[in-house]
Amino acid sequence: MAKLTFKTDKCKGCGLCVDACPKGLIKLANDKINQKGYHPAEITDESACVGCAACAMMCPDCIIKVER
Amino acid sequence: MAVVFDKPHALTDVPMHYCPGCTHGIVHRLVAEVIDELGIEGKTIGIAPVGCSVFAYNYFNCDMIEAAHGRAPAVATGVKRSDPENHVVFTYQGDGDLASIGMAETVHAAARNENITIIFINNAIYGMTGGQMAPTSLPGQVTQTSPYGRDTKHCGFPIKVCEMLSELEGPEYLERVTVSNVKNIRNAKKAIKKAFQNQLDGKGFSLVEVVSTCPTNWGMTPQNALKWLEDNMLPYYPLGVYKDRSAKEETK
Amino acid sequence: MADKILMKGNEAIAEAAIKAGCMHYFGYPITPQTEVAAYMAKRMPKIGGCFLQAESEVAAINMVYGVASTGKRVMTSSSSPGISLKSEGLSYLAGSDLPALIVNVQRGGPGLGGIQPSQADYFQATKGGGHGDFKMIVLAPSSVQEMADLTVKGFDLADKYRMPTMLLADGTMGQMMEPVSLDYEVKETVDKPWATTGTKMEREHNIVTSLFLKPDELEDLVVERYERYKVVEENEVMYEEYMMDDADICIAAFGIAARVAKNAINEARKQGIKVGLIRPITLWPFPVVPFKKAATHVKEIISVELSMGQMIEDVRLACECKVPVTLCSRTGGMIPSPEQVLEAITRANGGAK
Repeated sequence: MAKLTFKTDKCKGCGLCVDACPKGLIKLANDKINQKGYHPAEITDESACVGCAACAMMCPDCIIKVER
Repeated sequence: MAVVFDKPHALTDVPMHYCPGCTHGIVHRLVAEVIDELGIEGKTIGIAPVGCSVFAYNYFNCDMIEAAHGRAPAVATGVKRSDPENHVVFTYQGDGDLASIGMAETVHAAARNENITIIFINNAIYGMTGGQMAPTSLPGQVTQTSPYGRDTKHCGFPIKVCEMLSELEGPEYLERVTVSNVKNIRNAKKAIKKAFQNQLDGKGFSLVEVVSTCPTNWGMTPQNALKWLEDNMLPYYPLGVYKDRSAKEETK
Repeated sequence: MADKILMKGNEAIAEAAIKAGCMHYFGYPITPQTEVAAYMAKRMPKIGGCFLQAESEVAAINMVYGVASTGKRVMTSSSSPGISLKSEGLSYLAGSDLPALIVNVQRGGPGLGGIQPSQADYFQATKGGGHGDFKMIVLAPSSVQEMADLTVKGFDLADKYRMPTMLLADGTMGQMMEPVSLDYEVKETVDKPWATTGTKMEREHNIVTSLFLKPDELEDLVVERYERYKVVEENEVMYEEYMMDDADICIAAFGIAARVAKNAINEARKQGIKVGLIRPITLWPFPVVPFKKAATHVKEIISVELSMGQMIEDVRLACECKVPVTLCSRTGGMIPSPEQVLEAITRANGGAK
């Protein structure tokens, strides 16, 4: 069990975190648009997240905080 | 719950201006993490280049200087020699900056074994000016100024900076890394940390070349850019340590 | 007076710089100023300073930029073609409000030109010296003693106004040997809270940059800089007047040309011609006032220069075209002779037409 916090307004929707997640838990929220005009990344099932931080490491804008 | 990952202190809160999926942001963060881990933010002075990372001075919490195009190693030389004991100095430069307009400054700082750290972003294109051919653009690579592909008969071959500098007696440490996936990011961080540690140990010129992407000017999605990097850049620019004087001496 | 020593102009610059607290010198060999580098190479290691021969003039000025960013006194020296290479750095120094001393021991140009003395870099020095809106303080010594004095003064002014200062000498001044006294009291240094020396985790980070993409922000900065330039113009003008009180004819000359002119003036005075000299010591800010005043009582101003006539434009502007301003000059590395200047004086006096 881990906790991910996204600084959603800083997300540029590049999707590198989506590919980085070994469990495929992250997606771009197609139903949301952030301040910058992008579909921000979000986690679909936090209970399945192991907190490996691969997404955060891949994120060019350093918007993901990972707690475990 | 313990925090296992968060923005390093040495990185400011200013939103980076880079395009979505640009790997500059990853490398900035790695440099900042290393500054945090070595506890050197208060004595570090960074030199920003001209090019896409020109605004690097807004993104690092340490003191920063903006250099003229290509001159960062000369500026770094001045800053380091101003107070060699107390200044930790790094430059952050792209391929046009470091390997074209600033090649003389790069080579001579290396030859002097100037005790500085250089982070060299090689993404084979001029990003800031809109995608022109770089000194590291691959043979056949289409750019705004090589619209029919880089013709090596007409404009020569890309420069392999690590290989070239490794022929010099001067430099302490040269390594080429990439940030195309999590494993490579971990290796890149190790190399960057070593490049800073070398400076703290007084060992001299340490350069880490980071093979990077430019999704916008390559005309690809960030995902495809990473794949293109692995398929095309890495065969031409093999990863690895090109020089490590201290390690070599230890094994003797 | 007892402690006067015989020194070359170039060496006097170097020793005076050290006396002024400059512990960092970067340069690249070029005739006729290489003695500055050679002197620094000998002295700096002995006093814990840093002499470094750069790979180019471009690198040297950027090393200067690096040290200047950390708030320490720093200098470079070169000669005309080398100064052209440094002009990129001069613009960046000005655009980042960094103090530094740049010495130009001029030689003939354009291009590679020659290695003999010249004053043909007057425009380059006083009208900018690189791209963009900016000024440098430009000091023109006329003796070895002044080479030294103005070096020290140059550092003080650079620090005070946060701007690059140029010592504009020429090959003759650099090579000339004269007795010189180097008794300087090192003044209190100016506080430099903007310097990038590490935050020590005690303050916000300092940024040294000349990049401002918002045009209104850049305009504000340039305007602020020009207000500072106005203060320099009001407070820092230096010149020498020689026999100007009763003069009918005025010579305008700086540096080596002023020495030649003085010889000619002395000779002309013997012949009863009332001629005097205004010698600008600061070429920027230019001494407008004495020329304006001279224009009220002289019938002609003769600009004596080692160029095709560059300062003459500032002289004309200063006297608002109220009197004719003529040129007496040699160029390409040649120096006007006292006889040539005397001839010009005689002509201006109405004789020998």
